[in-house]
Amino acid sequence: MEERKIRVLVAKPGLDGHDRGAKVIARAFRDAGMEVIYTGLHQTPEQIVEAAIQEDVDVVGMSVLSGAHMTIFPRVKELLDENGADNIILMGGGTIPDDDITELTEKGYAKALFTPGTSTDDIVAWIRGAVQ
Amino acid sequence: MHELVERLLDGDRRAAARIITLIENNAREKEQLLRELFPHTGRAFVLGITGSPGAGKSSLADSLTSYFRKQGLTIGVIAVDPTSPFSGGAILGDRIRMQEHALDKGVFIRSMGTRGSLGGLARATKEAIKVLDAYGRDMILVETVGVGQSELDIMATADTTMVVLNPGTGDSIQTIKAGIMEIADVFVVNKCDRDGADKMAAEVNAMLDLGHGQNPNWRPPVVKTSTLDGRGIPELVEAVNRHREFAVSSGEFAKRRAQQLKAEVTETVEHYLKELLWQKAEAGGEMDKLLEDAAQRLLDPYTIARRILSVFDTVD
Repeated sequence: MEERKIRVLVAKPGLDGHDRGAKVIARAFRDAGMEVIYTGLHQTPEQIVEAAIQEDVDVVGMSVLSGAHMTIFPRVKELLDENGADNIILMGGGTIPDDDITELTEKGYAKALFTPGTSTDDIVAWIRGAVQ
Repeated sequence: MHELVERLLDGDRRAAARIITLIENNAREKEQLLRELFPHTGRAFVLGITGSPGAGKSSLADSLTSYFRKQGLTIGVIAVDPTSPFSGGAILGDRIRMQEHALDKGVFIRSMGTRGSLGGLARATKEAIKVLDAYGRDMILVETVGVGQSELDIMATADTTMVVLNPGTGDSIQTIKAGIMEIADVFVVNKCDRDGADKMAAEVNAMLDLGHGQNPNWRPPVVKTSTLDGRGIPELVEAVNRHREFAVSSGEFAKRRAQQLKAEVTETVEHYLKELLWQKAEAGGEMDKLLEDAAQRLLDPYTIARRILSVFDTVD
């Protein structure tokens, strides 16, 4: 019988070196029974998308604490679409102002964005709902 | 032919990735996919990399990939990490060491969780090798979980297996423990920039003096490497190539591949048999009752096992 497992790529794009949040999230996803592909720091959008395709993930989660979210999310979304991988759900988290969250999600550059203080249970529940 | 197989044979990497997922998930179309892929397999050379956690398997896979790419070979990497037996989840972190190749279309990297398998590989690893083989990769590197003392699956999977050791990790008794010594076709003392590499290499060689491996005509070479500065990598590739030539010319290669096929058929039969058995046994629905009786010491586990197996008495 089929045993589906949610696969998530957790990525740290760009130059900021703060990966504590990403690691906490990766751990929470693992404890929720997901397979987490952790790619480490300083990823370019191209690297993230290529890894997402090869790993055939359901979700790409990006942690952005550098303030570059308004360029990174649209770029990764664009590359996913260009590569025919628009089925992959793009989401993320970090220090992102509310107005930017609204813009990014309304324009479809991210399905959901979570800010510091969000409980990992909420994020896990969101992913489970989104992957259905 | 399945649409995904057609696309894979056309070189579509997304099809390759999706087929691996379907096989891993034990999807309905798994068997059809594998049947249709099989005629296109058997061409790739499979190089196994095993050793304790942190020995440098991923870093070595990364260095070897760079080296083989310079020779114009296309590479597939399958990196296995442990699945938590508690949550069923896994953190697959081997790509961290292989970022350099993320954008090279000649390199396809796939991470796998063991999903309950115990011998160092995932159940679907062999099948994922076939996918990348049919996808046209010349060389497939398979990195095991890294438990270190019970990783025998790789021997039944790879054409050449390298065992990665580090300086200063245990005395010579560690190296003669059963299992890990016998599976090596090549020994690697990685992190040779650290103290004790010569001593480690000498100890392994001393152990090899007392006898070695599966084939008396092949004494596994011991190669010192450092992935920090690339020291020893050309020598390691040379050792792998020498083993490959030996294996082909001595008939060892053909013998191993034949053994692998046999093992695969046996495992598949046993797997289906198990599925069938539990389907039938659970359909009978008396398992809980039997276990209750066992808890009361009215029945013993052996009698229960016999009774469960009796579902096959009525098969024909």
